[in-house]
Amino acid sequence: MKRLLFAPIAVMMASSAQAQLRVVGATEDMAAIAREVGGDKVKVDAIARGYQDPHFVEAKPSFILLLAKADLLIAVGRELEVSWLPPLVTQSRNARIQPGSPGYLDASQGVRILDVPTGTVTRAMGDVHPSGNPHYWLDPGNGRKVAQAVKAKLSELDRANAAYYEQRYADFDRRLAEAEKRWDATMAPFKGMKIVTYHRSWTNFADRFGLDVIGFVEPKPGVPPSPQHTIALIKAMKAQGIKVLLVEPYFDLKTPNSIGRETGAAVLVLPPSVGGEKVITDYIKLFDYDVDKFARAAGAR
Amino acid sequence: MGIIRPRRFFVLFVSLCPCLAASAQEPAPPDDVQVLRSEIQALRADYERRLADLEARLGALTAATPAPPPPPAPVTEPPPALTAGATPPAGGKVFNPDIAVIGNFLGAAGHDSPDAPPSLELNEVEATFQAVVDPYARADFFLAFSPEGAEVEEGFVTFPTLPGGLLAKVGKMRGSFGRVNQMHDHVLPWTDRPLVATSLLGGEEGISNAGVSISRLIQNPVAFLEATGEVYRGDDDVFSTPERDDLTWVGRLRAYRDLTESTNLDLGGSIAYGGNEEGPGFKTRLVGADLTFRYRPLRRAIYKRLVGRTEAVWSRREAPGGDANAFGLYVSGEYQFARRWFAGARYDYAERPTAPDLADEGGSLLLTFWPSEFSQVRTQLRRTRFGEGNTANEFLFQLLFSIGAHGAHAF
Repeated sequence: MKRLLFAPIAVMMASSAQAQLRVVGATEDMAAIAREVGGDKVKVDAIARGYQDPHFVEAKPSFILLLAKADLLIAVGRELEVSWLPPLVTQSRNARIQPGSPGYLDASQGVRILDVPTGTVTRAMGDVHPSGNPHYWLDPGNGRKVAQAVKAKLSELDRANAAYYEQRYADFDRRLAEAEKRWDATMAPFKGMKIVTYHRSWTNFADRFGLDVIGFVEPKPGVPPSPQHTIALIKAMKAQGIKVLLVEPYFDLKTPNSIGRETGAAVLVLPPSVGGEKVITDYIKLFDYDVDKFARAAGAR
Repeated sequence: MGIIRPRRFFVLFVSLCPCLAASAQEPAPPDDVQVLRSEIQALRADYERRLADLEARLGALTAATPAPPPPPAPVTEPPPALTAGATPPAGGKVFNPDIAVIGNFLGAAGHDSPDAPPSLELNEVEATFQAVVDPYARADFFLAFSPEGAEVEEGFVTFPTLPGGLLAKVGKMRGSFGRVNQMHDHVLPWTDRPLVATSLLGGEEGISNAGVSISRLIQNPVAFLEATGEVYRGDDDVFSTPERDDLTWVGRLRAYRDLTESTNLDLGGSIAYGGNEEGPGFKTRLVGADLTFRYRPLRRAIYKRLVGRTEAVWSRREAPGGDANAFGLYVSGEYQFARRWFAGARYDYAERPTAPDLADEGGSLLLTFWPSEFSQVRTQLRRTRFGEGNTANEFLFQLLFSIGAHGAHAF
């Protein structure tokens, strides 16, 4: 009789031990890092696609369905998702992932954040992020810190598999360190190179690989290019011999191309996120792709 | 790291204190000394571990070196004094709600409109206050100031973490009837509300009152399906009841499905039932159907989108002289053709709820410009043929501007 009573409980325990944690990354970068650490113990989905502007994601109800079942939500933070994630989280009716709950992880806590404005912040500066540049994942060192935070979070939510997450993290850390050596070697010839970018997405990338961003196609963050600004930018680029102009895949190429024609600079469409191109299927491949494409374009100039 | 070192001395001192105290007393037997020593070592190890942990954390926070010096000729004006580091502490303001103020300035020209809007008017100033109340709830307040006075447009608490997958809202709210009734003026895709809203749904204020709303997702493999049930004190611009226990009931079923990653379909059915101003026992019943189609290619999401929407309302109003059945609808389309430009068109038709024989019909053309996410200029050419036979041609102008917290975008 006792055995009969305990059998269903044992089955339930076994099935819950095998059940995957459902993780939702606000962007594909967060999802990719969660996949690295979580392996086959987690089922990971992402909201924003790698080829869309993460500032302007629509709060579609289909995302509510994803979040309703999530055990963990990984947000990029620093107001990147301010216009779409909060209503999705509220409407998810999921207590586990509300901000402040164990299943809500703001990945920007503990990473190295640049561009934190210290003076008075007003919207006259454009769409500035008062708590710093949210494109921090473009420094692999920050990716490692996000992976650490994800490991700690997954171990907290799923103690039984803590050793597994630890091992997966150690493996990712090792592969990332190896890849970093490769990227550093490829980027070494371009240390100190001056470049221009469309939006302020590449601050951490430039900082990590020693590039010097001297200007932006946007006159101010989030403000579309104006003729006066473009003329000033072309002049500055010519004066400083700028050879490379980076553009995120979701921006129109009309202005960058005309700047390229005027200055002779290579217009390089570089995806800032995992999934930005079909071949970029994980976090390490993102840098493989970007570093390689950058080096080929910059080296040819 | 310099701050840490004195602290390490302090920790060492604290950890040695029991040792000093013990030495001042009788010489302890060798066993006790061993025990004490091992305890001290354990303590020290513990403190060392904690210290190392703290140092590591501090290191993570301060490891960031200052940002590289400003380029010789910065072509984009950077925010003043950019530095690397963590979020600046917000001090005592950290619990203040997100505050935003939105101004809605309207202008109108034209003639033959019986209910003509003024030539120039600061039609509404809406102040919003939004914050989390506690681990169980968040609150949203929308205070509206208009030439008619100040009022609480909405003020409600939301409980997003109820058991059973329920989402509850309590307070004063715009009822979940159709789509346009739920929209605040500044998120409308037009400068005005369609005829069906002004005639059958109570106009600007709409079905809106103190009430309770409960909604739930209905799990199914096909689509997002959400059922909402609401009860209101029935004395707004549509429903009016002298009896306290004569309430207004609103129900809505919404289905949504992504057709592709760029296109989706949103379908809704709504019903509202409550007493009307004819007196006790006289009811009004509204039935609504709405359909929204959206197209927004993800790779060019900031440059291009198309929204087509329609909403139809059937009203049945009981009156001493017999029931009056009225119908109204709008069909509207908005197309974004450049990063800051939108064009739109709308067709309107609405019968009068108290005199269904009189039907108003209209059409509008719209052009919208977005200087930024925080301001909007919109113009609308509106032609309305009223049931009485006269036709009004009007030019409407709107300037929207918002300051404060960056709110969520409506979907």
